[in-house]
Amino acid sequence: MSPSRRAFACFCFALLALLASSRARAQQANNCLVCHSALDPPLQVTSEQFSHDIHAQKGLTCASCHGGDPSKADMDAMSKSAGFRGKITRGQIPALCGSCHADAAFMRKYNPSLRTDQLSQYVTSVHGKLLAKGDSRVAVCIDCHGVHDLRAVSDVQSSVYPLNVARTCSRCHANADYMKPYGIPTDQFAKYETSVHHEALAVGGDLSAPTCTTCHGNHGASPPGVDTVQNVCSNCHVFQAQLYEKSPHKEAFHSAGLPGCVTCHSNHAVVHPTDENVGTGPNAFCTQCHAAGDSGSTTAENMHNALEQLRAGIDSSDRLLQEAESSGMEVSEARLQQDQARDALTKARVSVHSFATGPVEQDVQTGLKITTQTTQAGKNALAERQFRRKGLALSLIFILAAVLGLYLTIRRLERASG
Amino acid sequence: MKLVAHCRGWLDERFDLHSLAKPLKKKTVPVHKLSYWYFFGGITLFLFGIQVCTGILLLLYYRPSAGEAFESVQYIMTRVQFGWLIRSIHSWAANLMILMAFLHMFSVLFLRAYRKPRELTWVSGMVLLFLALGFGFSGYLLPWNTLAFFATKVGTEITGQVPFIGHSMMVFLRGGEDVTGATLTRFFGFHVALLPGITTLLILVHLALVQKFGISVPPSVEAEWTASPGSAREMKFFPNFFLREAMAWYIALGILGALAAIYPWGLGTKADPFAPAPAGIKPEWYFLFMFQTLKFIPSKVLFLDGEVLGILLFGLAGAIWVLLPFIDAATRHRGRRIVLGAGIFAVSYIVALTLYGYVAK
Amino acid sequence: MPSSEPHPKLPQRRRVVEFLLGGGLFASAASFIYPILRYLVPPVVPNLGGDEVVAGKVGDLKPNGSKIFRFGTRPALLVLTSDGEYHAVSAVCTHLGCTVQYRADLHEIWCACHNGMYDLAGRNVSGPPPRPLDQFLVHIRGDEIVVSRKHGA
Repeated sequence: MSPSRRAFACFCFALLALLASSRARAQQANNCLVCHSALDPPLQVTSEQFSHDIHAQKGLTCASCHGGDPSKADMDAMSKSAGFRGKITRGQIPALCGSCHADAAFMRKYNPSLRTDQLSQYVTSVHGKLLAKGDSRVAVCIDCHGVHDLRAVSDVQSSVYPLNVARTCSRCHANADYMKPYGIPTDQFAKYETSVHHEALAVGGDLSAPTCTTCHGNHGASPPGVDTVQNVCSNCHVFQAQLYEKSPHKEAFHSAGLPGCVTCHSNHAVVHPTDENVGTGPNAFCTQCHAAGDSGSTTAENMHNALEQLRAGIDSSDRLLQEAESSGMEVSEARLQQDQARDALTKARVSVHSFATGPVEQDVQTGLKITTQTTQAGKNALAERQFRRKGLALSLIFILAAVLGLYLTIRRLERASG
Repeated sequence: MKLVAHCRGWLDERFDLHSLAKPLKKKTVPVHKLSYWYFFGGITLFLFGIQVCTGILLLLYYRPSAGEAFESVQYIMTRVQFGWLIRSIHSWAANLMILMAFLHMFSVLFLRAYRKPRELTWVSGMVLLFLALGFGFSGYLLPWNTLAFFATKVGTEITGQVPFIGHSMMVFLRGGEDVTGATLTRFFGFHVALLPGITTLLILVHLALVQKFGISVPPSVEAEWTASPGSAREMKFFPNFFLREAMAWYIALGILGALAAIYPWGLGTKADPFAPAPAGIKPEWYFLFMFQTLKFIPSKVLFLDGEVLGILLFGLAGAIWVLLPFIDAATRHRGRRIVLGAGIFAVSYIVALTLYGYVAK
Repeated sequence: MPSSEPHPKLPQRRRVVEFLLGGGLFASAASFIYPILRYLVPPVVPNLGGDEVVAGKVGDLKPNGSKIFRFGTRPALLVLTSDGEYHAVSAVCTHLGCTVQYRADLHEIWCACHNGMYDLAGRNVSGPPPRPLDQFLVHIRGDEIVVSRKHGA
């Protein structure tokens, strides 16, 4: 060791002697930080950083992972005889973390409800498999979770808090240079940011909305197989999946090797579908496979027309209600009923996944029955408005007659009296 | 008509209707080019009568609890036959009544009808004006919609700023520290029992005073008539003025009906005490000039809180206004010009700030 | 200056005026009284109560059945379990506002939009919903099922 380093170590020792008395320490003394907080990266670990670390908060020290003797404040702390391991190689990390986290009896002492299958899941993941083959560029535990300021998952600032997961994944997966050797796209994060799932999560704050790990798994991260994509989506989108399973598309996509839901909806850029996506128009998904005139194309067009019919019905009914409302008529009940018609339209759009005209038509008819009623309510409101104005006109005529009569009576009285 | 004559005779035997009717038969109204202003008091009274009638009808269906008030007004507007008409007339007539009351007060001021011996008529009239504003404030909350809830919150908050007694006044008005269902029940009690009771008594006093002292004549006309006694003109109250007043009342009724049918009063959205206040909350137009003034006053003036200063100024202005006849008399010749100046200033100020309050965000 | 003797046209004129006045007064009075009289007659539907609603009649629902009814301005769900207990909750899913339904096969309340599940007390037991459904009280009054808001607010 260089003289300057030695001098520095002695200085640290002196400092420690001064401060030791006033320092309140948790279970074990962790003197490693005394020096390491003053070093430059990559050796730097400040106490401020370490204070956020969940392991530190639970009473673990640097030695818990790195070995050595944390009670010593000099170079003796890093003695091999005390079990010092130095920097852990990337390949060793999962096993090291797993030495506690895969030990159920051990973890029970700290948090009995924490899962202990992360390591066994990890070895099944793409990351785990590549690591086993010797590729140390893949993600290991610390890449996602952090290392010396590793926060609990429920901590908003944790890199694996639901809102932050996608960004953490994108650190590698959106880096085209880094991902070059693997030959997979690096636009997933960019595409995901355009999706409704991202909007629900990041903008709407809905923590139940899917992020990367929802569909790919977290520790066992792998893309779902082409044949099993719809299983993943069906965890939330139950109805669509059930209809798809019974539809002609299931067998057709399977034999064509097409990835289920992803075929039309994309995997990462899951944008809000529109009614134009169904049918034979320029934005339709159906025409990508179906030729004009074949039975699929006809069904697509029928479904599209049915949806359009209901949508137009709702729009025109809304316009009528709006007209009634802006001239002062009370139509709140009709508006509530209209919500049910909108529900029917949503159901019809789900029914599209049966890829048959029947179910779509059924839902559309339910909706149209309601719009007929709401349109009637709107017409009634406008008729009532007319009735009121006619009644007003009539009573105004009577009032005018009375006023005229009064006026003439006054005139007569005063003319007579001179 | 034999039956009518018979009934009249029967009553006359017991109550001496003749001597009761005599002063009314003799009652006259001066006639001159400013006589049209005499209608405004009567129209205000007529609109009050409309309010009592439509109010009683609304009482048949309205429910004064936070959980049901909004729904009951919605019920009146949508389910009850002609409920929309009764409720819209009630809301429109409320605003028109307050407008007429202001016009009546200003016309009395500019025509100087408050002079001796009519000082107490003026004082009772001013109290009636304040009662009318109280009616407006308490009634506005009753539909329990968002605008009403927050307008009441702001209005009672301002009351709470009065020095010393402000907080107690606010708690008294609100029925607690905050605006809640308790406030609604309390305002309902004010609106249908307390205020009508006091107002009815005061109207009787006000009318009795008018009857006692007769209708006043503006000074300019008075001068004319003293100069040439033959030019003084008057008409009998019954039937001449009464028929004219009936015409005016009928026309007012027609206008009310038209307003109710063409511009029915809206429901708004149900009040949610936990939701934040919507932007740009303002009170009804008759409080707007005061509200806008408070917004203009800087938050600190010397050592006083700006809002407190505003409230004190308006309190002072109100007190001066009630005492105008006495100020006029005490300042002799200048009195006329002082009151005229104050009147012109008040009208311009109120109109300007009300318009500004509407246009401002 | 008019003479003291009525002009031959005057009696007719006078009658016209009288007719106008009398008729106008009567007709306008009728046009005021008519709406008031109609107003006094209570409508068929007794209330649009915000606190209480008749959700149906005993016998409307079969055991392990349900129905959607309106409570105030929002839909609500009434469930009759196989052991004869009534449960009433708000039918607006706390996730994104879809209308929930009762799943007789699962004996739970389900939202079709994103597979949210609630128990019969409205507690969110699985899926995206972040909060329970508002619970209502159910009383049987005669043969009517009356659903009312829980007090406390």
